[in-house]
Amino acid sequence: MKILPGGVCEAGSTRVNKTGGWRTFKPVYNYDKCIKCKLCELLCPDSSVNPRDDGFFEFDYDFCKGCGICANECPTDAIDMVLEEK
Amino acid sequence: MAPENKIDKKKMVVVEGSYAVAHATKVCRPNVISAYPITPQTHIVEELSQFMADGEIPNCEYINVESEFSALSALVGASAAGARSYSATTSQGLELMHEVLFNVSGMRLPVVMTIANRAVSAPINIWNDHQDSISQRDTGWIQLYAEDTQEISDMTPQAFKISEDKDILMPSMVCMDGFILSHVYEPVVLLEQDLTDEFLPKYEPEHVLDPKNPMSFGAFADPDSYTEFRYLQEQAMQKSLKKIEDVANEFYDAYGRYYGGLIDEYRTDDADIIIMAMGSIIGTIKNVIDKLRDRNVKVGLLKVRSFRPFPAAAIKDALKNAKVVAVLDKNISLGLNEGALFTETKSSLYNSKLDMPIIGYMVGHGGRDIKVDLIEKIVDDAKEVMKTGITIESQFTDLKEELI
Repeated sequence: MKILPGGVCEAGSTRVNKTGGWRTFKPVYNYDKCIKCKLCELLCPDSSVNPRDDGFFEFDYDFCKGCGICANECPTDAIDMVLEEK
Repeated sequence: MAPENKIDKKKMVVVEGSYAVAHATKVCRPNVISAYPITPQTHIVEELSQFMADGEIPNCEYINVESEFSALSALVGASAAGARSYSATTSQGLELMHEVLFNVSGMRLPVVMTIANRAVSAPINIWNDHQDSISQRDTGWIQLYAEDTQEISDMTPQAFKISEDKDILMPSMVCMDGFILSHVYEPVVLLEQDLTDEFLPKYEPEHVLDPKNPMSFGAFADPDSYTEFRYLQEQAMQKSLKKIEDVANEFYDAYGRYYGGLIDEYRTDDADIIIMAMGSIIGTIKNVIDKLRDRNVKVGLLKVRSFRPFPAAAIKDALKNAKVVAVLDKNISLGLNEGALFTETKSSLYNSKLDMPIIGYMVGHGGRDIKVDLIEKIVDDAKEVMKTGITIESQFTDLKEELI
C-alpha cells in the first residue's frame, strides 16, 4: 500500500477496514420480544443494524462496536448485551 | 546580493495596511473567503466584504461564520473542493483555530491566512506582539513575517504560490504586526490584476472533493502509517525553503520589488554585531544601524522573513563572521525565559563550527513601543559581551520595575 499526502484515498475504504473487533459487549436479539419498531435501526450510530426480509433486524458484527445504544433504547428490552469471549 | 527595489512612485497610493492586504487578496482571485471579525484584523475582512458587495471579486463565496473555529473549518471543506481559500485572524481567534490548523496542514490544503499579530489574553490586550502566531509554530503552517505594508501586500500572492505548489501543499500564515501595519496609512503600490494573473496561475489541485468521484480526505491512519504522513509534511516544509526563495525572485522579476527570500540582510558584510528580528521592528533597527554606522560601530541586521520553515542554513551562513549576535523577540516561552527566534537560532548553531555568543532580548510585549534608544542600549550590551562574554543570556528588556 502506498499513501497519498493528506491522507487522500478513495471513499468507502471502511468496507475493507473492519472495526467490529473494538467491541467488548455484543448486542443479541431476543426475537420473541421484538415488536419491529425500528428504533434500533434508527439510533445505531454506525449503521450496523440491517433489516431482514421478515421485518426483523440483524446486527452487522463486522462494524458494530458494542456501544449498547440499541439495547438501552429498546422499548421491550429485546436486546441483550453479552460479553465477548474468545 | 539583494536586488534593488524598483518602485514606481507615480503608482503609489496612500491606503491603510488592511486595505492593501484586502486588495492583494482580491487580485489573487479567491473562491472562498470566511470571515469572523476580531481586532486588529477586522478591517481586512470588512474591505473584502465591500469588494464582494461591489461585485469586484467574481466567482467567490464570502461566508460569515459564528467563530474562528468555524472560519477555518469552512475553509477545510472549501479548499478540499478545490477552492482558493482565504481568511484572516489574530490573537484569541487564531488560538481558537488551534485544532483546525493541524487538520488543514495534515490534509495538505493550501489555505492562506493573514495574521494581524496581537498579544494574547489574559490580561486582555489588543496591541501587537508575536505571541499568537509563534504559539502555533508546530501546527505545520508556513509562517512569513512582513516588515511594512508593501511587503505584506506583496507577500499575499507569494504565499498562495508557495502553498499551492504541487510539491508543497502546505498552508501559509502571512503575518503583519497588528495596528503598526494593519492600521497605518502609508504609500503602497497596489497589486496589478494583470501582473498577478500572470504571476499566480489558477489553483489546480490533483484531488478534489466531488460527489461524482468520491474521495476521503484526512483518512484514518493507524500506527502502521501515521509516521509516514508526518514525514511527508516535514519533507514538504524542507522543499518550501527553496520555493520561498524562488517565489521571492519570481515576484521581483514580475513586479520589481524584493524583501529577501527566507532572510534578508542589512549592512552585515563586515558587521561584528548582528541584530536579528522579525516584523515591523526591522525599520526602526535599520535607522539605528545607519546612525551607529556613522559612529563606526560595525553593526548589521539579519531580518528573518520565514520563521516556518526555519531557515537554519541561511541564518548560519549570514552569521558566520559575526562576533556577537543579539536576537529580539516579541514573544516568550514561559518557563524557559526565552523568545522563539532566540531559542531556535541558538539551537541551530549548536553542532556547527559557529560558537559566537548569542544573547536574547524580549521586547514589545502587548504593544509596548520599541524605541531607538532601547535598540542602542542592546547594541551597547552586545559590545560589552564581545569584550567580556555573556553575563545574562536572555532577558526582559523594557521591564518597569516600579510596577511590580
